[in-house]
Amino acid sequence: MVGYILRRIISTVPVMLIVAVLVFLMLRLTPGDPAAIIAGDNANAEQVALIRDRLGLDKPILTQFVIWSGNILHGDFGESFFFKKSVSELIASRLEPTLALSVSTIILAVLIAVPLGVLAAYRRGSPVDRIVMGFSVLGFSVPVFVIGYGLIYLFAIKLNWFPVQGYQRIADGIPGFLQRLVLPSLTLSVIYVALIARMTRTSVLDVMGEDYIRTARAKGQVERVVLFRHALRNAAVPIITVIGLGVALLIGGVVVTESVFTIPGLGRLTVDAVLARDYPTIQAVILLFSLVYVLINLGVDLVYRVFDPRIRY
Amino acid sequence: MRGASTLLLAIGVICASLGGADAVTLKAVMHSDVKIVDPIWTTAYITRNHGYMIYDTLFAMDEKGEMKPQMIDSWEQSADKLTFTFVLREGLLWHDGKPVTADDCIASIKRWAAKDTLGQKVMSFIDAMTVQGPSRFTIKLREPTGLLIFALGKPSSNVPFMMPKRVADTDPSTQISDFTGSGPFVFKSDEWKPGDRAVYVKFVKYKPRTEPPSGLAGGKVAKVDRVEWLAISDQQQAINALLAGEIDYVEAPSHDLLPLLTADSGVKLVDYNPLGNQYTFRPNHLQKPFDNPKVRQALWYAFNQKDFLQAAIGDPKYYKVCKSMFPCGTALASDAGMDGLLESNVQKARALLGEAGYDGTPVVLMHSTDLQVLTNMAPVAKSLMERSGFKVDMQSMDWQTMVARRAKKDPPGAGGWSALITSWVSADILNPVMTGLTNAGCDNALFGWPCDTETEKLRDQFARATDPAEQKKIAEAVQVRDTRITTHVFLGQWYQPIAVRTSIDGVLTAPVPVFWNVEKRNAS
Repeated sequence: MVGYILRRIISTVPVMLIVAVLVFLMLRLTPGDPAAIIAGDNANAEQVALIRDRLGLDKPILTQFVIWSGNILHGDFGESFFFKKSVSELIASRLEPTLALSVSTIILAVLIAVPLGVLAAYRRGSPVDRIVMGFSVLGFSVPVFVIGYGLIYLFAIKLNWFPVQGYQRIADGIPGFLQRLVLPSLTLSVIYVALIARMTRTSVLDVMGEDYIRTARAKGQVERVVLFRHALRNAAVPIITVIGLGVALLIGGVVVTESVFTIPGLGRLTVDAVLARDYPTIQAVILLFSLVYVLINLGVDLVYRVFDPRIRY
Repeated sequence: MRGASTLLLAIGVICASLGGADAVTLKAVMHSDVKIVDPIWTTAYITRNHGYMIYDTLFAMDEKGEMKPQMIDSWEQSADKLTFTFVLREGLLWHDGKPVTADDCIASIKRWAAKDTLGQKVMSFIDAMTVQGPSRFTIKLREPTGLLIFALGKPSSNVPFMMPKRVADTDPSTQISDFTGSGPFVFKSDEWKPGDRAVYVKFVKYKPRTEPPSGLAGGKVAKVDRVEWLAISDQQQAINALLAGEIDYVEAPSHDLLPLLTADSGVKLVDYNPLGNQYTFRPNHLQKPFDNPKVRQALWYAFNQKDFLQAAIGDPKYYKVCKSMFPCGTALASDAGMDGLLESNVQKARALLGEAGYDGTPVVLMHSTDLQVLTNMAPVAKSLMERSGFKVDMQSMDWQTMVARRAKKDPPGAGGWSALITSWVSADILNPVMTGLTNAGCDNALFGWPCDTETEKLRDQFARATDPAEQKKIAEAVQVRDTRITTHVFLGQWYQPIAVRTSIDGVLTAPVPVFWNVEKRNAS
């Protein structure tokens, strides 16, 4: 097992290298000039050239890549072109809001979706099943920003229950932190509730016809225990896969949700950096997201064993 | 002794906490996030606005467009018009408590002039800048110019903001990291979170002028304790937050959302900038078909301003047809040479294209799709040009891509371009020297690279002119010349109101949104 984990961790190195090369090249080949953006609309060619020189953008791409990758090996992700802050510092300052939003979204999604999926499977063909599946289709179909604006209109503008936008750090008070997290988490969780509920229903239905379920019932187990201890546990592997995928996919959802709710997290940092062609920040954020993606996949593989001891690595 | 100091400390803490309880905070959403905080390093408008918060200027433009002393107490010009002597006001302090000196001002002028186009022009007239005492300095010219005082009070990017000498001595191409100013607000760099907020607090030791505020001039009295600029990039969300009372001020609400605001009794719109902005069409003089002056001239007949303004802004309350190179409502505004132009005279446009031997080379028109005020402009240009016989290849892209692409001199087929439409803050285009697009200095000109010795001669004459009547005559000549060589076509003036909660008063009429004099009443 330890050997497997080590092998998987080592295998992330070439993946990260490929990501680094691709991101670096794609950014350089994409239209846009950070120096021109920094200089502003009234700047002349000479001013832009001076800034390009300062940023090292006038050097050959290969030289730029060697400098950048050399710095990364020393743990230095460089300085943002715009914010005059180190990229590591920028990312660190944006981590809390994104983590808070992601964790609350996944918790909310799992807490709502798994019972709904189990219920839909148990009541297969009933109106409850149809409602859950109908909601699931809706959750897939409606874009995140539409859900966000809808919730804002209802709960923030009409009912005035929650703020329209913004984020409060947990250190500045838990009530404010939670109050500002409710709408964004709800918005983002809708698609995951739909996804996980659907997968839970299918997986539970698959195992409901198995012999051990019949045996459990024959032993006189109550339905709740049959469903949650026997059926759900055996149906867990595909559900965990979907949850793992969901966590990885959250990165995209976070970008939109943070923009809609003005949450100063990594998602907004990514959008701002892309729009401004802030190469060092984009490169570092994408490397970070790729690493998270790889680690989530590793984590999911390890969790499989907890639910299904037959799995061996 | 120890007891007394403890008592004083306790009183201090109580006062501070009381002060904190009463502190008035104004929350604003500006047109952009503050990313760069050196107003000399960049010409970005958000950085200019940041500059007005924390720095002061020697001169400033008042509501009538006249330059008035700001940090300057008195000044005089010698009879030969070559020596200017300036005396600073008493009691001017930097945010660190040290006095503002003549030495600081000279260093600041030098750093600004190294970057700013108008500054460079003015420096070409300056023989020496000399400190005459802690608060007195002279500027000696080689030959007279009418630009010096105007340049020192230049209202928009780059603004000659005064900085302490230790800061102003920074290489102009290196961003400053010390944000000490002498303006009415202090920048809280420790609370600055790019992408989230920039925070300013009132500079309690600021000594405002005694005159009432007028434009960017007069007494700069900070009437709120703290100003927070929140970065809300989503326009709809900024409006939602304003309607919900979470913020007090939105600098640039998009025009299509204004009806939402006017319908709400808790919000009002303030037309703060009577000069507004000007749309311009810029042809690339280096590439076909606009390397031919006759083809460029056809544009004056193909276009009319109203179609553009109606499509981009919509509500006539927020636009004005203005057939003048320099903004209507300013000293140099004129309709000289504009007879019959900008009236969509299709026959005349077609005739000019025929005379020019236009061979149907497509005009690669760059279309910016992500800035609401520009999105609808290029499609109108395409339609009007095609009606007049142009072949147009409109290519859509985001603004930042366009900014990068417009710097390319290559042919359109090799990543270059033929034309683009942009918008200028009127305060940036008040005369032929400061208006970047009138620069016809070939390779030294802005993107589009017009090349015309006659225009350059006129711009030079303008810099040397000291009499306003003479300046106006030269500015008109530049405009008339432009109808022949077409450095750019002006497509009308438009206005951007600020949206504020009704609890906000005192927003000044000025070419730049400023926060002194703005007060916030408790919402009832």
